[in-house]
Amino acid sequence: MNPVNYLYLAALLFTIGATGVLIRRNAIVVFMCVELMLNACNLAFVTFSRLHGNLDGQVIAFFTMVVAAAEVVVGLAIIVSLFRTRHSASVDDASLMKL
Amino acid sequence: MEKLIALLIAAPLLGAVVLLVGGRRLDRVGHWVGTLLSTASFVVGVFLFADLLGRNAEHRTLIQHLWTWIPVEGFQADVTFRLDQLSMTFVLLITGVGSLIHLYSVGYMEHDERRRRFFGYLNLFLAAMLLLVLADNYLLLYVGWEGVGLASYLLIGFWQHKPSAATAAKKAFLVNRVGDMGLSIAIMLMFTTFGSFAFGPVFGHVDGATEGKLTAIGLLLLLAACGKSAQVPLQSWLGDAMEGPTPVSALIHAATMVTAGVYLIVRSAAVFNAAPDAQLVVTVVGTVTLLFGAIVGCAKDDIKKALAGSTMSQIGYMVLAAGLGPIGYVFAIMHLVTHGFFKAGLFLGAGSVMHGMNDEVDMRKFGGLRKYMPVTFITFGLGYLAIIGFPGLSGFFSKDKIIEAAFAKGGTEGWILGGAALVGAAITAFYMTRVMLMTFFGEKRWQPDENGAEPHPHESPKVMTIPMIVLAVGSVFGGAFFSIGDRFLKWLEPVTGHSEGHSPVSAGEITIATMACLVIGVGIAWAQYGRRPVPAVAPRGSLLTRAARRDLLQDDFNHVVLVRGGEHLTRSLVYVDHTLVDGVVNGTAAGFGGLSGRLRRLQNGFARSYAVSMFGGAALLVAATLLMRAV
Repeated sequence: MNPVNYLYLAALLFTIGATGVLIRRNAIVVFMCVELMLNACNLAFVTFSRLHGNLDGQVIAFFTMVVAAAEVVVGLAIIVSLFRTRHSASVDDASLMKL
Repeated sequence: MEKLIALLIAAPLLGAVVLLVGGRRLDRVGHWVGTLLSTASFVVGVFLFADLLGRNAEHRTLIQHLWTWIPVEGFQADVTFRLDQLSMTFVLLITGVGSLIHLYSVGYMEHDERRRRFFGYLNLFLAAMLLLVLADNYLLLYVGWEGVGLASYLLIGFWQHKPSAATAAKKAFLVNRVGDMGLSIAIMLMFTTFGSFAFGPVFGHVDGATEGKLTAIGLLLLLAACGKSAQVPLQSWLGDAMEGPTPVSALIHAATMVTAGVYLIVRSAAVFNAAPDAQLVVTVVGTVTLLFGAIVGCAKDDIKKALAGSTMSQIGYMVLAAGLGPIGYVFAIMHLVTHGFFKAGLFLGAGSVMHGMNDEVDMRKFGGLRKYMPVTFITFGLGYLAIIGFPGLSGFFSKDKIIEAAFAKGGTEGWILGGAALVGAAITAFYMTRVMLMTFFGEKRWQPDENGAEPHPHESPKVMTIPMIVLAVGSVFGGAFFSIGDRFLKWLEPVTGHSEGHSPVSAGEITIATMACLVIGVGIAWAQYGRRPVPAVAPRGSLLTRAARRDLLQDDFNHVVLVRGGEHLTRSLVYVDHTLVDGVVNGTAAGFGGLSGRLRRLQNGFARSYAVSMFGGAALLVAATLLMRAV
């Protein structure tokens, strides 16, 4: 199978993720869309690694996974505390620093 | 002998310091301290005068160098005094007449509780004026010049509790500042032209300067002289200066202050001789002022203001003579000295009249005073005869010479200047006769004032009448004494130079013409004020009379041209400032404010709109990269 198809898939996933970030209000969904974008990138990296015949892309994909894991930890914590104070998971409700 | 010169200034200066710093302790003796120190200065002056007389005419210049005031490379300001025939004449006039006025003030200011301070100011006035005439460079002269301005301000506004006196003092000071500006610029110009402002180097290098520069210096010096000597166009302060106590008027008008301008012009003779255009302007200013002052003097009912107009007119004669060049310098100074005698006498006489009449100044409320104040009447009368140029008295000799010199200028100019001087003589005779008739002759016209207190005219005490008598003697014999054998001419000639002009009319004819003018002037005044009773309330009068009562609209002119003009100028400048300068600054600020207001809306707190910016930016970058690659 032509490896370029994987790149098309990655672009499609990234676009879905970006659209979700822009149009969804629910923080959890936005968060999942960010994860989708990260994984789309990972897919592109791995594909490039395969295309170029070296391991650089795969190494970077591991870094991305570590960053994504750290982001999940911090991000979920923020979303939980936001929900506790505002009783809503909507990102639009959190437009001000103060309560 | 040179060492004594500083003493001339030191004595009155010491008096001023002691009296002004000494405080109340000196209240009982202050006036005598002031008079004594002023007289001491006069005695030193006489001593120096005798010494000068004992020398040859070429060796009559004494120089005393005290110290270097500002020692800078290329700029040397020395405190050096020069006593020559010209400054000697002024020293004797200033200290002599000044001391008599001091003595008179002892009586005149007897009931004033600030008499000590008054004498302190008088001494300061003398010291400043002596510094002015003794200075050997223009910068030191300028110090004296400003000192005179300060002292006149203090004395004119001596009764500062009266708003009119305070205003008059301020007016005199401000108008004088205009002239002072001329003097200071003239000094700067001298320094750039000659590299010095001491008399010797400046007068010695006149040949090396262009005529344009000399004319500029001459005109600036004339501006300065106009301020101090109350010449048109800076004459407006003189009339209001009558708000000061009468001895001050006598001092300002006879011995100090107004003579400073004439001194400046005569002292700078070398500059003026080399600048004929400036000289012409000087004569024009003098002629205009002599007619201006005379016309104003005709219409005033206030005895002091009538005399003030007369001073303006007489100083105009002197300035005219000084503008004529070497033909006139000596006669300008001679008229100045004789005028010093009779004008001081007239003012002291006016003060004596006011003293006896509860400080009334309106001549329409005098009348018939000759019976009540015989000494004042006789001394005032002699001063009157001297000023109108009655044959044999002071004014006759000095004024005739000036008229003669004016005709000797030659050509049309000579006829115009001489003619104007003759007309001025006729008007002088008119207004002085008017003052005389309204004050001392006719029916008594005084009325009880609001409180029902009728004035009881009485002769003044001896301390006041003695100075008047001395001055009257001077007014009678001064002119003849100076003229016999051309004494004054020979005395002053080495300093000012002298040349005989060729007059188109002979001296005898001029004397006859002057006498005719005198008779006409006195005759008209007699017909108007002597033959029929003087109305106690001033009649409406012709247009000219009403204008002259308002000082020929000098204040209105100043108001319309200078005050209004200044207001319009400031208003338009403020407008430009508000619209243009502030507009640029405020516009810039408003522009940035509006811009930031718009930019602030981008930062609305919604995470998704930030995300749009980020994605948009990233998309732009990608698009730009692709585009660059495609190109």
